[in-house]
Amino acid sequence: MSQVVQGRGRTGFIAGFLLAPLALYLTFVIWPYVQTFGYSFTNWTGQSPTFDFVGVDNYSALMKDEVFRGALWNNLLLLVFVPAVTILLALFFAFMVNAGGRGGAGGVQGVAGSRLYKVVYFFPQVLSLAILAVLFGAVYRSDEGGLLNGALIRLGLVDRLHPVEWLNEPNLVLWCLLLVVVWHGVGFYLVLFSAAMQSIPKDIYEAALLDGAGRAQTFFKVTLPLLWDSVQTSAVYLGIAAMDMFVLVSTMTSGQFGGGPDHHSEVMATVLMRNFLYFGKSGYACAMGVVMLVLTMILSVVTLRATRRERIEF
Amino acid sequence: MTTVIKAPGESAAERSGGAGPGAERGGGRSEDMVLNVFSHGFLAVWAVLIVLPLIWLALGSFKTDAQIGGSALSWPANWNFDAFGRAWDKGIGDYFANTLIVMVFSVPLTMLLGSMAAYVLARYPFPGNRFLYYFFVSGAMFPVFLALVPLFFMVKRFDMLNTYQGLILVYVAYSMPFTVFFMHSFFRTLPTAVHEAAVIDGASDTRIFFQVMVPMAKPGLISVGIFNVLGQWNQYILPSVLMQPQTGSDPERYLLTQGLIQLQQQQGYETDLPVLFAGVTIAMIPMLVVYLSFQRQIQAGLTSATLK
Repeated sequence: MSQVVQGRGRTGFIAGFLLAPLALYLTFVIWPYVQTFGYSFTNWTGQSPTFDFVGVDNYSALMKDEVFRGALWNNLLLLVFVPAVTILLALFFAFMVNAGGRGGAGGVQGVAGSRLYKVVYFFPQVLSLAILAVLFGAVYRSDEGGLLNGALIRLGLVDRLHPVEWLNEPNLVLWCLLLVVVWHGVGFYLVLFSAAMQSIPKDIYEAALLDGAGRAQTFFKVTLPLLWDSVQTSAVYLGIAAMDMFVLVSTMTSGQFGGGPDHHSEVMATVLMRNFLYFGKSGYACAMGVVMLVLTMILSVVTLRATRRERIEF
Repeated sequence: MTTVIKAPGESAAERSGGAGPGAERGGGRSEDMVLNVFSHGFLAVWAVLIVLPLIWLALGSFKTDAQIGGSALSWPANWNFDAFGRAWDKGIGDYFANTLIVMVFSVPLTMLLGSMAAYVLARYPFPGNRFLYYFFVSGAMFPVFLALVPLFFMVKRFDMLNTYQGLILVYVAYSMPFTVFFMHSFFRTLPTAVHEAAVIDGASDTRIFFQVMVPMAKPGLISVGIFNVLGQWNQYILPSVLMQPQTGSDPERYLLTQGLIQLQQQQGYETDLPVLFAGVTIAMIPMLVVYLSFQRQIQAGLTSATLK
């Protein structure tokens, strides 16, 4: 594009337009991020204005903190399963929506009502996590009043007197939370993958069909490679979401800021918030923040590298 | 990404309907029939899994507390709106108003400041331009948790904890990365000829921005505006840290998301679940309306933002 830059007074205009946005962004976003690093080397409580520099004490304490290590492990589990399950389901549904119809001109035809499906699937995405927490809190109730237990009892799969304690069962709680995230996310990624699929030129499909490719073959040999960029981006987004999880865990599970039963659903964010707002260990909480940042960065780089493929231009 | 998205909404409409001109030619093959039934089956099951819990929850507003605890699959006994009234009295109305007050200022301010920065970065080359762009955009990468502890004390230092203006400024700051990113790519696509004509006519840079560029960028502004509305409406972590009464006399200024969680926790003691369900239903309705009215723009905007 050609730029229009000649003339004086531009510097003033540029500075004037950048001043307010930059000032806000620096004050409330960048500076707190930077400060987190500094505070993580102190024993600051948050209440008192004074604090001492304690070097890497917070970090070595973190390594020994059983609760934090458990939380880290749970985050890693979510990190693997949230993107894997969400992307697989979204790809599956996106392919059904876009290519599951009766064979059309290119042998690839969307199902009837594909727009309607997309509208419905996407809806959870506009609900706040607070609404999800209340909704699924009710769905997972540990008596007959819960939607899940109620349905299972009606079907005779669960004994009326011993309903499943979804969120109080140490081995189930994390997977129950995972399902909420998947329920929430599939529609978004379905829409994303659909858009990518529709941008693939139809003649590629026609060529594949003429060469005698079946639908499964078309998917794995044509569609998936051409979608790879979107899949990769999605994996990073979902990974970042899986590192967080604060709202759902803190509101749906037992304990101060959630994490129960007995720390089985603990994630790093809930341990952080508990240390900050409940135990008053601000410096220690900042160290956790830094660990989360480092892990997020590693995650992004590793995901982008591990899934790197030759880009296909079309 | 090299893909070019041509208005996903339209192409989706084109392809749906199943019975295009080609359908008769290829139809009738049994493999296709099987696949068609198979796809519809799976798609319908997931659609039910999305819709059912939401309807079930809304129906809960019409049940009695005992009925909710008794059996999940019972039909509401009394079809009155009592629970909605009680939920409103419990504070849902105030939470609603608080959220609106914050957003009436935060969304326009986000759009204004975000577009100003994006415009300058997109169309005026100057030393450090690229650096500043990445600096703005990189904020989207980090989880907000990282900044939470210092942010709390930063806002406290400005004496803006539990104030609308404090939360507004924080919302604007945290919406900046996405807004700048989105509007930057939008301003780059606008034709330069109009700009040049305006310059020849002697319009100042500021005037060109407000009277030429902003009106031309309207579609982009609508998309990013919807996202900021959704994002800020659904924000939970920032208000729950920054909007807590600081002293005994400090009024409660909970936002809707915060208030719902508050209401949920109260129900542990008071056992009035229909109120909670009614509260959630009230909170869901505006989102449903916004979503259904703008779903084309939302889907098109999202995909163009993330596929670039």
